[in-house]
Amino acid sequence: MTTMTRPLNAARRKNFWLRKGNKIAPYLYVSPFFIIFGAFGLFPLLFSLYLSFHYWEPAAGLASMEWVGVENYVFALEDEWFQSSIYNTFIIALKSGIPQHAVALPLAYFIHTSFTRMRNTVIGIYFVPYITSTVAISLVFTTLFSRDYGMINQVLTSLGNFTIADIKVLAWLFPTENVDWSRPAYTKDMISFVVFWRFVGWNTVLYLSALQTIPKDLYEAATIDGANRYQQFWHITLPMLKPMAFFAVTLTIIGNLQLFEEPFIITGGTGGIEQAGKTAAMHMYITAFVESDFGTASAISWILFMIIACLTWLNSKLLGGRND
Amino acid sequence: MKSMGKDKLIAYITVFIGAIIMLAPFYFMFIFSSHSNTGILSVPPPITFGDYLVTNFNTLLDFLPYFWHNLALSLFIAIVVTALNLLFCSLAGYAFSMFEFRFKNALFVMIMGTMLIPPFLGMIPTAMVMSQLGWMNDPKALIVPAACGAMGIFMMRQFISSSIPKELVEAARMDGCREFKIYYRIIVPLILPAFGTLGLITFIGTWNNFMGPLVVMNDMKMFTVPLALRALQGTGQVPWGAVSIGASIAVLPLLFLFVIASRRLIDGLTSGAVKG
Repeated sequence: MTTMTRPLNAARRKNFWLRKGNKIAPYLYVSPFFIIFGAFGLFPLLFSLYLSFHYWEPAAGLASMEWVGVENYVFALEDEWFQSSIYNTFIIALKSGIPQHAVALPLAYFIHTSFTRMRNTVIGIYFVPYITSTVAISLVFTTLFSRDYGMINQVLTSLGNFTIADIKVLAWLFPTENVDWSRPAYTKDMISFVVFWRFVGWNTVLYLSALQTIPKDLYEAATIDGANRYQQFWHITLPMLKPMAFFAVTLTIIGNLQLFEEPFIITGGTGGIEQAGKTAAMHMYITAFVESDFGTASAISWILFMIIACLTWLNSKLLGGRND
Repeated sequence: MKSMGKDKLIAYITVFIGAIIMLAPFYFMFIFSSHSNTGILSVPPPITFGDYLVTNFNTLLDFLPYFWHNLALSLFIAIVVTALNLLFCSLAGYAFSMFEFRFKNALFVMIMGTMLIPPFLGMIPTAMVMSQLGWMNDPKALIVPAACGAMGIFMMRQFISSSIPKELVEAARMDGCREFKIYYRIIVPLILPAFGTLGLITFIGTWNNFMGPLVVMNDMKMFTVPLALRALQGTGQVPWGAVSIGASIAVLPLLFLFVIASRRLIDGLTSGAVKG
């Protein structure tokens, strides 16, 4: 468009937009995403890949980068602390992930079949941890988990010391003395519990939404055929929930392997005694922002990404089956 | 049938105990914010409100002199990010649901694919990009990258394609309505419910964001609330009462939003998961 005689031009411009507007508009409408993602998503990713093959001294400026091939990857993989952070990540992922699903699935089934009036309240209560600030709630949990004065130890030891006729009947299940949760043997349990607490409601809601899609006539037919409720649960509900279980487990794997905030806050950013609570994502953060080794840290982030991608793929092979 | 009743009772009790476990941390957070350190660190810990609320808040302000600023900054960032997401995501969602254009499907798949990128992967390079741009300690560093989320585009596309007939847009176009006018005079009024849901989700996510500010904000004045709370940790004798009141302030707006719109929030947060 040129800017010559104004009235004519304005008319032509209007005409142009009316004719071509709906051809150009969609590209304009989707462009913000691509501009933002290009600058702050894609470019940093490529840069991080580039960085992972370089040695770099941040203080000396960008020009001081030096190509080192896969050295950063080798260094990261051989590093004992990296290996232990991967181990920690997996232990915490399992200790928080398995209970999440073991509780969420039956809980969802029970809410689905037995709650009517209180239903939304119950769902809301279990879901509320998911939307609260991880930092705030992790700080609260560090108080609750403190050794001598923490509420959690108070409850556990009072259960452990619960006596009937001079016998501590629950001592096999609960501790009788205060547990020092900051000791390496317990750090992961503490973190896992907080993660479990945050995500159990989320998974419950996922299972609930799947339960609502199971047609009622399936149960009616089964009742006519004489199947009791347990048989119905095993032979109708569980198989029908399989696609959602696959999906929810995938989300848990992806989420749990990149745990950062809960362990970071609970261990005060250090990883705890003997770094027993340091996850891989934390190791990456510390390598970059505490030790200023950005090359190795980038390599760590890509190794972790590969691990997550492989496990997600493996999970789809194992659980995904022919349903999808 | 009799054994069924007993099972059910046990199940109800379990659900009830579970609900207490879910809510207890919030309860103690509020209780502790009204007790002194010696009160909190005693056996048994307090279970009712004390009278140290004001003292604790003053302690919080002693440790975090910029707390009001932190609070205002958090609110500002969350509101701006939310507004930008509503605009950009609804525009993109509208394009993907109501227009036919070349590469439409490929572009949509690309956007959805970006959701698979884990956030930690971008942490280091984002920090470096921000420092190169001179955006360290600048709210821009948290606003611009978050201005248009893939999840929001997906939600908007779903909502628009299921609730607005294409004929409506075509009729407006026939009548000579300009393209952008169609968006803000016809589409926007019809998608206000989706704005509500996406707005809540974005606001909460931004308010809670910790990893983002952690790498770009290192001046105490420019901390967001989660960062400010975290800073209380490294202060030797941790002032637990002040920590609790800070945590309460960070969590209260969320609890409030959740109470007034829990159904919509839960549906919104899981809709992407369930339909996608």
